[in-house]
Amino acid sequence: MTDESDDVGEDGAGPREQDSRGPLSDMRTTVREYTDRITEWMGERSRWKADALVVLSALVLVYALITLLAYGQGLDMNGIVNTLVRLTFLMAAYGLLVLALNLHWGYAGLFNIGVAGFMSVAVFTLAFVSGGQGVGLGYPIWVGMIAGMVAAAALGLLAALPALRLRADYFAIVTLGIAEIVRFTVKSDWVDDHRVLGREVGLGAGSSIQVPSAQEYVLKLFTEDGTSRADPTFVGAQLFELGSWFGIDRPTVMSAGYALLLVVAVLLAYVLLSRIAYSPFGRVLKAIREDEGAAQALGKPTSRIKIYSFVLGCALMGLGGMLWQASRFTVAADAFMPIVTFYIFVALIVGGSGSNAGSIVGGIAFVGLLLQGPRMLPRVINEQWESVPEGTNTIYEAVTALGGADIMPLIGYSIANIDLLQRLFVGVVLILLMLYRPDGLLGHRKEVAAATDLSRPEGETDD
Amino acid sequence: MEASDVRRTLSRLRVEQVLGAIVAVLLLYLVVDLLRQLVTGTLSTSTLQQYLWRGIVVGLIYGLAGIGLSMTYSILRFANFSHGDLLTTGMFSGWSAAYVIAGFGAYNLGNLLLVRPNNDPTPGAVGMAIDSQPVAILGGIVVAALFTVAIALAADRLVYRRLRKQSSIALLIASVGVAFVLRYLIAFVFTRSNRAVPASAPETTLDIGIASTTVNLHEMTLVVSAIVLMVGVHLMLQHTKLGTSMRAMADNRDLAKITGIPTERVVLATWVIGAALAGIAGYLIVLNTGTITYTRGWTLLLPVFAGVILGGIGSVYGAILGGLIIGIVDEVAIIWLPNEMTMAAAFLLMIFILIFRPQGLLGGVETA
Repeated sequence: MTDESDDVGEDGAGPREQDSRGPLSDMRTTVREYTDRITEWMGERSRWKADALVVLSALVLVYALITLLAYGQGLDMNGIVNTLVRLTFLMAAYGLLVLALNLHWGYAGLFNIGVAGFMSVAVFTLAFVSGGQGVGLGYPIWVGMIAGMVAAAALGLLAALPALRLRADYFAIVTLGIAEIVRFTVKSDWVDDHRVLGREVGLGAGSSIQVPSAQEYVLKLFTEDGTSRADPTFVGAQLFELGSWFGIDRPTVMSAGYALLLVVAVLLAYVLLSRIAYSPFGRVLKAIREDEGAAQALGKPTSRIKIYSFVLGCALMGLGGMLWQASRFTVAADAFMPIVTFYIFVALIVGGSGSNAGSIVGGIAFVGLLLQGPRMLPRVINEQWESVPEGTNTIYEAVTALGGADIMPLIGYSIANIDLLQRLFVGVVLILLMLYRPDGLLGHRKEVAAATDLSRPEGETDD
Repeated sequence: MEASDVRRTLSRLRVEQVLGAIVAVLLLYLVVDLLRQLVTGTLSTSTLQQYLWRGIVVGLIYGLAGIGLSMTYSILRFANFSHGDLLTTGMFSGWSAAYVIAGFGAYNLGNLLLVRPNNDPTPGAVGMAIDSQPVAILGGIVVAALFTVAIALAADRLVYRRLRKQSSIALLIASVGVAFVLRYLIAFVFTRSNRAVPASAPETTLDIGIASTTVNLHEMTLVVSAIVLMVGVHLMLQHTKLGTSMRAMADNRDLAKITGIPTERVVLATWVIGAALAGIAGYLIVLNTGTITYTRGWTLLLPVFAGVILGGIGSVYGAILGGLIIGIVDEVAIIWLPNEMTMAAAFLLMIFILIFRPQGLLGGVETA
């Protein structure tokens, strides 16, 4: 593969380089040298192997870090494994959604920041179609999931109509608007009381409702009725036995099963999207992203291809939403605030838009390093530090204590508000990425269309 | 008309024309229905007046905030997603100043500075109303503007300036990062509680010859400040050299450069004016809503965006007009829709406008 090799010449003399001075720029050059060397080395391997290698190394890194943190929290074996299972589940959920978003933004250049809305539509469709007891139609879960994906795709089709005539930033605002319209609609009392096909729609009007989940299928592989106390099935008995050797209890084993299902879903989505990306269809998509006019001039049906990819991505977002948000068997409209979309977007940018492997790596890195990792810190500090400073009520008291050279109240206050700092940190990372590495860790933004590498040899530049 | 003519006309019909016709019919229906409701008395004229007035009050804030958003869009060429959090910045800094001015010495400084995070002292005790503490309320406006400008300039220096030559999407994504930093920094400093800030609004009876109406003085403060600022921006754009340069730069950046317009200085002025108006808009809206939280600016961003897009992004007058329309639609839609759905109607209106008139109502001429 010659994908990344032309990045070397480009980055060395790019305009971004000019405004940098000081030790930071030295560090950046060193870092870039290393990353370039790695990408160059990987360029010699086959795409699949290289992708797998990057994903695996990211995975090992994040697992090691989280294990360390979990151990620092003073958790036992079961607790550590449970943390890792939860982590895997989230990484897979993000991976799936980032892959779908990558199809929109990375390949088709459609700037969709309404991901949460498409997820929401799918989840609530699932709740209506498969829900029982007074509300909902009571169909099997798999029917509900297909209906959910279809609903998300249909909304995507509707949203794609204005997409064809709008600039990327306008389109972004339209998708955000659509996501908010969905959220308002789901939250409305009026919709909640409405009847469809003789059944109350019952979307909860903002409060939590029950939602069936594909997790039920997985849980029933382990025990008779899907609860951890029931009699285990044959498979379940073996796995519980295996778990008990390591001191892992039943619920953990069962949630590991569901996390595994999500991992499989990510792999399937990856294969599907890679096939698309390297097909003639995918090449047209990239052509549209780079220069729509040129693609049109070559007779490509750009509008139709954009709509197809957008709709497919929306269906995948619906699937991701259902696998993720329905897993607790309850859901509320406000689980789909715009921040969900932005988290997925940050994960995409971290990994590098335009690369499917990058999307998965982005999901892994985001969940591990930006989402779960920082949130585990307070408990690690509580466990490791004998006398954790008392958090003050407001920052004013903490800062005035600073006047008396006492930094402890400020530390205490920061620990108490670690979730705010974690989100602030996400913002900082996003800014730094845009400033220093806009292509993310594995961006494929420059791909050579020719069979042979036409880029200049290293060291040779225009001036 | 012959059959072939009909067929030709039909085949020339485009999707958006059909959709447009449907929307037009729907709008016509709504107007007729409104008249019917007024005639039959289901809806009294005074209620409608009340809805319209509330819509104008909120719409003015959307318009005021939209001016800055529209300016950054036309001159810096990106959709600034941190604009909502500039509103929050003005909101907190301004009210912090107002509380300190009004209650200095009498109350715990921390509680005043952080705008009563522990719900102490009460707004009534401090006298947070325009009639009892006019200096504090007006001083808050000034501080809101100054502080927000400082924050916006810092963001420009640290982030946006380094991305000047990048694509508009790169800037947009960076602005999302800035929005996160601002929002959670504000939450970290001021805590995340939702608290009441101004005291209940004083009212006065106004006699205009034959009719007399009760006027909410806080709403009046908001409306008068917003209109004064809008007129100010209009005069600045039309009659000063800076305004001409700004319009030139919005029109054609390169041409402006070769004519010798100091583009960086115009960018600076854009941030100063845009951020000041955003900060003031954020400060003023509290007079209407009565409470503050750190997410308020972010939730306001989408309607403000909707207004700007509706009016035509890049056009200052469009931003004002669009803001007013969004505000009025949001309030008046309650005649037909449940309370939670009115904002959805406003967003839907924005989407429809984008389909039929992507350049917005006053767009096309991309001059401020």
